[in-house]
Amino acid sequence: MSKLLEINHCRKHFGTTSVLEDLSLSVEEGQVLSIIGPSGSGKSTLLRCATLLETMDGGDLIYLGNYAARDEGGRSVYAPPAELQRIRGMFGLVFQNFNLFPHYSVLKNVMEAPMLVQKREKSEVRAEAMALLEQMGLADKADAYPYQLSGGQQQRVSIARALAMNPKILFFDEPTSALDPELTGEILRVIRKLAEKKMTMVIVTHEMMFARDVSDWVVFMNDGVIVEQGDPREVIDHPTQERTIQFLRRLQEK
Amino acid sequence: MTILTMIAKMSEGLGRTCAIFFLTLLFSLPLGMVVALLRMSKNRVVSAITKAYISVLRGTPLMLQLLAVTYGPFYLFGMGVAREKLVPVIIAFALNYAAYFAEIYRGGIESISRGQDEAAEVLGYSRFQCFMRIILPQVVKRILPSVTNEVVTLVKDTSMAFTVAYQEMFTIGKQIANSQTSFMPFVIAGVFYFLFNAAVAFVMGRFEKRLSYYR
Ligand SMILES: Nc1ncnc2c1ncn2[C@@H]1O[C@H](COP(=O)(O)OP(=O)(O)OP(=O)(O)O)[C@@H](O)[C@H]1O
Ligand SMILES: [Mg+2]
Repeated sequence: MSKLLEINHCRKHFGTTSVLEDLSLSVEEGQVLSIIGPSGSGKSTLLRCATLLETMDGGDLIYLGNYAARDEGGRSVYAPPAELQRIRGMFGLVFQNFNLFPHYSVLKNVMEAPMLVQKREKSEVRAEAMALLEQMGLADKADAYPYQLSGGQQQRVSIARALAMNPKILFFDEPTSALDPELTGEILRVIRKLAEKKMTMVIVTHEMMFARDVSDWVVFMNDGVIVEQGDPREVIDHPTQERTIQFLRRLQEK
Repeated sequence: MTILTMIAKMSEGLGRTCAIFFLTLLFSLPLGMVVALLRMSKNRVVSAITKAYISVLRGTPLMLQLLAVTYGPFYLFGMGVAREKLVPVIIAFALNYAAYFAEIYRGGIESISRGQDEAAEVLGYSRFQCFMRIILPQVVKRILPSVTNEVVTLVKDTSMAFTVAYQEMFTIGKQIANSQTSFMPFVIAGVFYFLFNAAVAFVMGRFEKRLSYYR
């Protein structure tokens, strides 16, 4: 198996607070990795660095051997814009609050980026977008506008929008946190199906049972560092670090 | 002088009134966007200068600005005052309205959730594509009611051009009122502005309706 994503010695601070400290992580092709940890531990910041929404202070960021950022003397030096744009085509990101474009129909939300950014043929993109919506159980919503959909439906559209770019890896930042409990199941089912198709995914989540079932690897973060990682059943059912034990116990009490 | 003659005389200024109205919109609507973007610039100097521009133009009377643009060059540089005052009038109006539109645009742009830019960025939209396709269309919809307010005000503000004796409808009306010691020209002007604004409300209402297909 080859490394799809590699993050080496990532450091990130905001103002005077250090948010990520010497954090390293790698994801192999076809792997599903879950990131768990308390609020403020830097999970979103890590995803934002990986998706180029934030710049790292130090460390490497490498997709399939292509350097988006390379550590030179403790500072991250980013690749030129054209190279970063090429690398952006390799990943997708699904947000907690969907961030659909409200003035576009569902279909246009899914179709525009492939046509505009990847310059693909309209008829081909349309066929693929319709197939994705079908897969998400939303074929009949193609002409609806986001405000007409439930949160769960909106999140499925945003997953379809990300998949339409044919990314090699998909990041999820708490994809079910903005949803009513009865709607989280439909999103988790979609992610589970993607996992069965060997889609490479990195998922930040507070759904422990889901993380344990669906992922191949679990990372527990606290205060900007990885405290514990490994097989999900090991980490979640038999944590060894005091911090992990505390976190999981508190989650169970809720 | 009969009412009909008054109307006929005042109508000679209608072309100029409409010129102020349309030319001001033509220049100030885009200029306002430039000002708004400069105001939101990350460069502190640029945004501070723009902020000062906006607060001076919004904080002083349009009448003073008309006088300053029309006669300023004469007092400052001894330049002659143009006979045809359309150019200074439009400059003053456009600069003034651009300041108001800029603040409306800025509010509209800032009200679009940050997350949408980020979604577009990750999908590979350039900043320009994101602005033109994602942000701007939504801004237009959100600010339409505030823009309508400004446009309605502009219709009435065209009468300010009398301060520099620009021969638009109201200026002529005021002259007739003086020479004939009659109040009638003001009534005629009032009816005219009211009808003009009814047309503005109709047109802007059409725009709002066209953009009501999403929320
Ligand atoms: N743009 C920013 N400016 C300043 N501080 C920030 C910024 N973004 C995040 N932080 C800080 O960085 C820390 C990590 O935040 P982050 O959002 O990555 O945590 P998280 O693990 O995703 O938490 P949650 O589970 O609540 O989403 C927090 O202390 C947060 O206040
Ligand atoms: Mg977060």
